[in-house]
Amino acid sequence: MKTVKIDSRGMHYTPLNQKIRAAVADGAEEIILDNVLGQRFIGDGLRGNVRIIVNGVPGGDLGMFMSGPTCIVHGNAEHAPGNTMDKGMLVIHGSAGDAVAHSMRGGKVFIKNNIGYRGGIHMKQYEVEARPILVVGGTAHSFLGEYMAGGLVLVLGIGKDKAMTDRGIGSGIHGGEIIIRGEVDDFLLGGGAKKFKFTESDLERIAPIIKSFCEQFGYDAAEFLDTNYTKIGPVSSRPFASKYVWE
Amino acid sequence: MTLGSVPPKFKVSIDRDQCMDCGRCIENCSYGVYRREGDKILIESRKCTGCLRCVAMCPRDAITLTEKPVDYRSHPLWSREVREDIIKQARSGKIILSGMGNASDLPVVYDHLLLDACQVTNPSIDPLREPMELRTYIGKKPSKLKFRKTESGDVELETKIAPNLKLNTPIMIGHMSFGAISLNSQLSMAKAVTELGTYMGTGEGGLHEALYPYQDHMIVQVASGRFGVNIDYLERGAAIEIKIGQGAKPGIGGHLPGEKVSEEVSKARMIPIGSDAISPAPHHDIYSIEDLVQLIRSLKEATEWKKPVFVKIAAVHNVAPIAAGIARSSADAVVIDGFRGGTGAAPKVFRDNVGIPIEIAIASVDQKLREQGVRNEISIIASGGIRSSADLAKSIALGADAVNIGTAALVALGCRVCGNCYRNLCPWGIATQRPELVSRLDPERGAVQVSNLIQGWTDELSELMGAAGINSIESLRGNRDRLRGYMLDEKMLNILDVLPAGA
Ligand code: SF4
Ligand code: SF4
Repeated sequence: MKTVKIDSRGMHYTPLNQKIRAAVADGAEEIILDNVLGQRFIGDGLRGNVRIIVNGVPGGDLGMFMSGPTCIVHGNAEHAPGNTMDKGMLVIHGSAGDAVAHSMRGGKVFIKNNIGYRGGIHMKQYEVEARPILVVGGTAHSFLGEYMAGGLVLVLGIGKDKAMTDRGIGSGIHGGEIIIRGEVDDFLLGGGAKKFKFTESDLERIAPIIKSFCEQFGYDAAEFLDTNYTKIGPVSSRPFASKYVWE
Repeated sequence: MTLGSVPPKFKVSIDRDQCMDCGRCIENCSYGVYRREGDKILIESRKCTGCLRCVAMCPRDAITLTEKPVDYRSHPLWSREVREDIIKQARSGKIILSGMGNASDLPVVYDHLLLDACQVTNPSIDPLREPMELRTYIGKKPSKLKFRKTESGDVELETKIAPNLKLNTPIMIGHMSFGAISLNSQLSMAKAVTELGTYMGTGEGGLHEALYPYQDHMIVQVASGRFGVNIDYLERGAAIEIKIGQGAKPGIGGHLPGEKVSEEVSKARMIPIGSDAISPAPHHDIYSIEDLVQLIRSLKEATEWKKPVFVKIAAVHNVAPIAAGIARSSADAVVIDGFRGGTGAAPKVFRDNVGIPIEIAIASVDQKLREQGVRNEISIIASGGIRSSADLAKSIALGADAVNIGTAALVALGCRVCGNCYRNLCPWGIATQRPELVSRLDPERGAVQVSNLIQGWTDELSELMGAAGINSIESLRGNRDRLRGYMLDEKMLNILDVLPAGA
């Protein structure tokens, strides 16, 4: 495997990204970024099958518009990792800020601990191949999956009494599904969202995702392979269709 | 229903002596005004939207379409419209949806601005004989230039010039998405702008494959819903526009009803067929100017700093300080959309009541940026109700670099401003995705019509400039000296920064 190491200390994001792009163009299969400290837009618009290891704390919009690469972060991430991401994977061994996976429409974002507000907002799906997945090991703040139009948000609530205690889950949701470990209080649901029964066949569908998440972070998947989940989805795919009358 | 129905807005009639019973009116009316019963063509005036398709297509000029006079007791306050809106809402309890631009009877500032012409001294210029410089560069300009002497003694430019768009005419076509309008409409406009050396916007609907050949003349849009946005889309555009607001509906987002999300639209937007495409009011990764800067930079970073990024906002009361903030961000141009701007669908109460005229917005933004010493660093693109080359010339004199046209381009394609775009039934094949209607618009002919319009306005602009003794667009930009206000109050003149007529 061709590995390239980049020392990011004190480096601005543009030269850093230029180095990453150059390495990818040069056939690198793995790029290790050491001493990352707050650089935004790492992997922004990057294509290919490369693996990027981030040692440190990346800044906002990690992997924005990214289409293909895998990015593994040994640390926390700032806001909106996976913003409008197309393809590829982000694995964050820590927590992340607000708007994680904003408008993501393909690929996976795995967060070991917690995320901030508006996680999975605007996630959308096109046909089967472009199906975005956000998995949060800990918990999320308000407006999780707001305006969601497709894809999957899964919250496991590891180490919490209740996986979700913040409100506005799925407000304006008109596609996709939000699956939360354990019970979810009704008053946490946003307008347009509805609870559905989580069935064996749902489990079968998401089991590979749970397994792959657990593999990344060294959890025992068997602990999570039951039907103790709540599924939240849209009341309608046309939430505003009945709001208007013609002039 | 105790409310009963309201009187029809239009009266349609056929001159039976002229009619040859060809049935074209039945075929052409997508709203179902005409139908055949036995050997007679029956008319249901109530369904008429005033789109005039039947009138245009009747080979015998047999159809008369008139606005029906008010049947209500007249009243200055409780107009027909006010009463009908109340009835509609009493019946439905819903928001009234409308199309096209602001339809309220407010005075038009453009009509109160008069352009200048030279007489004896400083004679006017004949554009037939003298070259007129209409070329406009849109994008960031450096605040000062730095040079360096090379070893051989040559002088080299040291300042890095940001990428700019080169326009052969200061007229562009604004963003109307595939979804809101048909692919044939977009194709017509794309061909026209490519031929003329100017640009058009994709709207927030992604980019259909058929438009790839024209991508160098298209500005791709990133709205809050991020429809169709991926790295390929961003790389295709000549520039990228972040849509924050829109003149027809400031403060609210976009919403393409599921009826218009056909298979092709779903592909371009990357969403399922028939689902609502909702772009809510805020971008959920922007909650401050700093966040806006971050989005701009992320777009630049993704496209390796090769493309200018514009920010579009609606003209609102506070527009000047907002634009000043944008000017200080990494944006290359600010696009301001006035309250006469059109749309496929907007709540009527927004369309007719929210925002301010573009004339006032351009002037106040230009003034604010000049005061702050940054006007020369960013371009201003104005849109929202530009109806003629005179409006165009006045916009530039008030401080715009270029304008976006929207409704005018649609009218060039056949639109009759009936305001029913949100119903997916546009009989002219413009604001519809129904294949049988879309095919009514031939993109080749459409391109010629749009191109003719822009060419005509461009020539008129040269003439207007020549008459004013100006031979380059640079000298017209922000040149309030060539404008006078007529029947405008003192405060308004101050805001516009123009003198009254006669002064
Ligand atoms: S299009 Fe004109 S001539 Fe033909 S049927 Fe209709 S009214 Fe008569
Ligand atoms: S685009 Fe079509 S529906 Fe909309 S106003 Fe014009 S003619 Fe009417």
